[in-house]
This record gives sequence, structure tokens and C-alpha cells, in this order.
Amino acid sequence: MSSWAESPRVAEILGSYPERRSAVMPLLYLAMKEHGHLTDEAIREVGEMVGLTSAQASSVSSFYTMYKRREVGQYLVSVCTSVSCMLLGGKDVLHAVEDESGVPPGETDGTLSVEHVECIGACGGAPAVQVNYELIEGVSPDQARQLVQWLRTASPEVVGGDEMQALFGGQRSFEWGPSESQGAASPLPALEHLGSAENIS
Amino acid sequence: MKILTTRMEAHPQDSHTLERYQATDGYKAAEQALTSMTPEAVHEETKASNLRGRGGAGFPCGVKWGFLPPDTRPRYLVVNGDESEPGTFKDRQLLERDPHQLIEGTILAAYAIDCHQAFIYIRGEYPKPARRVEKALAEAYAAKLLGSNILGSGFDLDITLHIGAGAYICGEETALLNSLEGRRGEPRIKPPFPAIEGLYGKPTIVNNVETLSNLPWIVLNGGAAYAAIGPEGSSGTRLFSLSGHVRKPGNYEIVMGMTFRELIEDLGGGVRDDRAVKCFIPGGASAPWFTAEQLDIPITIDDVAAAGSMLGSGAIVVMDETTNVVEAAHSIVSFFAHESCGQCTPCREGTSWLEMVLARILRGEGRPVDLDLLLDVSDNIAPGLSWPPKMTTICPLGPSAVSPITSILGHFRGEVEAMIPAEAPVG
Repeated sequence: MSSWAESPRVAEILGSYPERRSAVMPLLYLAMKEHGHLTDEAIREVGEMVGLTSAQASSVSSFYTMYKRREVGQYLVSVCTSVSCMLLGGKDVLHAVEDESGVPPGETDGTLSVEHVECIGACGGAPAVQVNYELIEGVSPDQARQLVQWLRTASPEVVGGDEMQALFGGQRSFEWGPSESQGAASPLPALEHLGSAENIS
Repeated sequence: MKILTTRMEAHPQDSHTLERYQATDGYKAAEQALTSMTPEAVHEETKASNLRGRGGAGFPCGVKWGFLPPDTRPRYLVVNGDESEPGTFKDRQLLERDPHQLIEGTILAAYAIDCHQAFIYIRGEYPKPARRVEKALAEAYAAKLLGSNILGSGFDLDITLHIGAGAYICGEETALLNSLEGRRGEPRIKPPFPAIEGLYGKPTIVNNVETLSNLPWIVLNGGAAYAAIGPEGSSGTRLFSLSGHVRKPGNYEIVMGMTFRELIEDLGGGVRDDRAVKCFIPGGASAPWFTAEQLDIPITIDDVAAAGSMLGSGAIVVMDETTNVVEAAHSIVSFFAHESCGQCTPCREGTSWLEMVLARILRGEGRPVDLDLLLDVSDNIAPGLSWPPKMTTICPLGPSAVSPITSILGHFRGEVEAMIPAEAPVG
């Protein structure tokens, strides 16, 4: 049995739904956090916890783009190319990230993974980029290159949107307000109940 | 006149905290409702407000609640925070900057419909808004504003936060319910509607984040006061997401009835680099486009519908005169092709074919027959190419991909034709 499966979070998550099956999505996140991506074994374990066969759990995981079934780097860089970002140069930003990182889309060199994503709700701050789902708005191709260099050289343990926005961002969708104390240390949405929110040092 | 964004504008540093929320009339509506109003009275005020859903369909909120069957089965309330319609980022701001306003709205709705378990479904790509909601829920539980016997009223409510994992289609309410049940996010055939048979087969109400965020104001000030704001049929204020080639993109909370020109020029600062508007999308990527000649249409649900489009999710995307409309349409069609759940053949196959044909035209390899081919494929997805679309699919995602096609071929056919080489390349 994997160590994530013995975490008290599993019982908390199972207890927060009227029916066990509903816990499959948060449990897939928990499993992914431990392994960096979803292994067949982890999918089977999640299925067992919620009363699904491996095939059923696998079918759920394959529907959603954020469950990665292949290895992902320490930093997942997602570039939005949907219409508002496209109008303001989102594709140029994507090409800059691909070129600067040297990582083809959908692959990883262990440190970086690069993907284009559909609308991430940052249209007022287009073009937008996320690193491990932490947001940076108003990113130019040059700034995107600097972001990639920074991830490689500074290799921050935890990435936070506020710091990256200050370093590499521009126009925002709206005023963000006070800085966040938490960010992401892995390519998962950083949430307290998923155990993925880490304090920014 | 603002309702939704007053607190975050007055208190940008801490509008998301319980302390600030309570210091600015927060949870007073919940206290008033739970201790001195019946659930029926809260429902009546909501009906009287004429509040229409802010997620896209614009269905009257109080009427929707009225569809719940009068039985004793458990019933659920699901808050739709799966905002993903291209161009839309309003719920993100409400979740991030004023999460307690949503939680209070959720308590009020749950009380009105006699529900004791609610869910807030937030898309996976919104970790920061979700963290704010997570913290706000913890604050509300600690202050006994959630849980058992809320404010000593005898009313119990639990709220579970559920995080999506990257699927636009889960914003469709029945897909969202499947996702919440731990299934693939595939839409269900309606009827039965969720109010009759929703989450776990039980009666369920699904409401959008912005819709519920209006409820504290409505309960405190009365439904009639809300109904009096703005034109008939489009009561209240609404948060519009303005993006594209404008100088000042952002979310603007306005009373409906203002024209698109006023929103784009007066609030949005006009088009960048002093260029002219070529066209704009009035209500998210699913909506048929308007041209510069339609800038003086008033922003109301009914006026936009009468002009052949929809206010949808409240996302206005402006394209200037330099825009390659085929490239913009390709971006939107690619989105729908990527997000199609695959259940229905016309959508699964049709969106991909539309994407491929547009890509071919963009590469300079289009054929003269491709314009008719685009319309033919579109007709298979949405027969007759009318608006609102007739459907051959379970949900409106497929027909949404037809909107950019009819828009560019309706308004800019000559421009598309000009991109087709005179002689098709050999081979």
C-alpha cells in the first residue's frame, strides 16, 4: 500500500461526500501528488477505496486533462491559446516557452513540462501562463523566456503567482489584493485539503 | 450602482476575510433569514427580485427552485464555479475577492430550498480562488455559520468544496453532477432536469457563483428593490468580463441596459492603438458575433437575444480591424473540439472537421468548396443554422462551435473567400 493511502486525508475526503464514489477525483489528486503522475497501481488503489474497478477509475482519470498519466516535470508550464489570449499573442508566448525550454509539447526533461491549454479564466490579463496552475497574467514572449530561465536557474521549491506575476507579468484581469502565503510545489492545484498547498518561504 | 464588487473595491486588502465581511454587513442577511424568515419567505423574495441565472442560460433563479418536488428525499445545492467559457473570468474575481458573499448566498439558497448539504465545484485551474474559498469555509465553520444549528436557528448546512480537473464540459450542469458523483463529466439527457433527478438521483439545484452572490443583498434589501434596478427582464447589476483588443480589459459591474459601445468605449477605454472595432462576441465563445454596426445594442438579455445572439456568461471579447477572423474562429472551434466529451457523433466528429477545414484555410490550402463544407458540417450539428440552435446533441457544446462559423461566413464571407487560393494546390 502506498503511503498516501494511509494519510488521514483519505478518510477526511471520503467522509465529506454522501457517497464514496464522489471521492475518486480528490483521491486521484492525492495519488498523483505522491508519484508525480498517476501510475496504474495508484489508479487501482483509488478505485478500491471508492468501490470502482481499475477500468472504471482509469476511465474517470482519462477524461480530465489535469490527471497526468505520464511523467510530468517539476514545473508544468501551461500557456493559454484560447481566443482572448490568441488575439493578444498567446501563440507567440507558447512558441517562446517551447523554444526556450527545448521541451516538446507533452514531454518533459524532468524539470519542465510544457503544454498549451484552453481558457484558464485570465482573459482580462491575456496572454496568460500558469506554472503548476499558479497564474501569471500579461506575459510577453520575452517575459515567458525569462520565466523559463528563472525556473531552471532559481529552481524555486514552491511557486506562487504573486512572485511570478511581479517578476514576469503585466496587465492583470483585476486587482489581486494581498499576497498569498501558499503556492504549489508540484504540478497539482495547490489546496489545503489535497495536501498540495505549501508555504512560500 | 454596485452590489457584488462594493466590498472588494472599498477594502482591497482584506475583502476576502471573515472579519472584514462581518464588519461590512456580512452574514446579516443569513441571520435575518434563519432567525426571522421562513424558507418560503426567502424563496418569495428571490422570485420577486427577478434574478436570472448568471452562468449562461439566464433562467429565473426563484422559478428554478420552485421545480423541486414537494417530497422528503434529501436534496442538494450545487454551486457551479467551473467557469471556463472563453472570455469569462468574473466568477474567479468573486471567489477570490469575496468568498464569504458566496458562502452567505449559498446558506440563503440552501435555507430557502430546505437543503442540508451543498457543494461548491471550482475548476482545477483556479487553485487561488479555491484556496480563498477553502479558508473562508474554515472561518465560517469556526464561527458556527456552517455546520449544525447555524446561529442557533436549528438549521444545519454542510458545504463540501470539490475541485475539478480540467474539463470545460463540467460547467454544463448535468456533466457537473456526473463529475461530482465521481464519473466522467459527460452531460445527461434532459429531462429529467436536476431539480427532479440530480445528484445521486436526488432533487438538486445548480446555481452559478455570481447568481448566489446576489442573494445577501436581495434578502437585506428586498426582492422588489432588486427588481427595480435596470430594465425589465434584466434586473440587477451584472459583472461583465471585457477582454480582447481593448485598452482597459477587466470585469465591470454595471446595471444592464447600457450599450456595448458605452461599455467598450467609456469603461473599457476603447480599442487599443486607436483602431476601430471589427466585431465582438457579446456573451462568451458560444455566442454568435456582432459587428461594429451592432455596438449600440443595449446590454440586456432580451435585446441581445432579439439581435440573434446571447448574453451567455457575460463575456465580451473585442476584435479590432486588424483581426484575422478565420484565425479567431479557428481558436474558438479548436476549443470546442478539444472540450467535446465525445458522446454525440455530430459534436465529436463535427467540431474536429470544422477545426481541420479552418486550419487548412489558414495554411493557404483552402478549396473553394470549403465554405460550403463548413456550413454543411455545421448543419449536421445544428440543423438549419438558426439561433437559438436546433440540436442533434445531448448538450449545447457542439452547436456552440457553429457560432463562429456562421459569424465569419455571415459577416465576413468575402474575407474568408479571399484566403482561398484561386487554384487549389495539386495533390
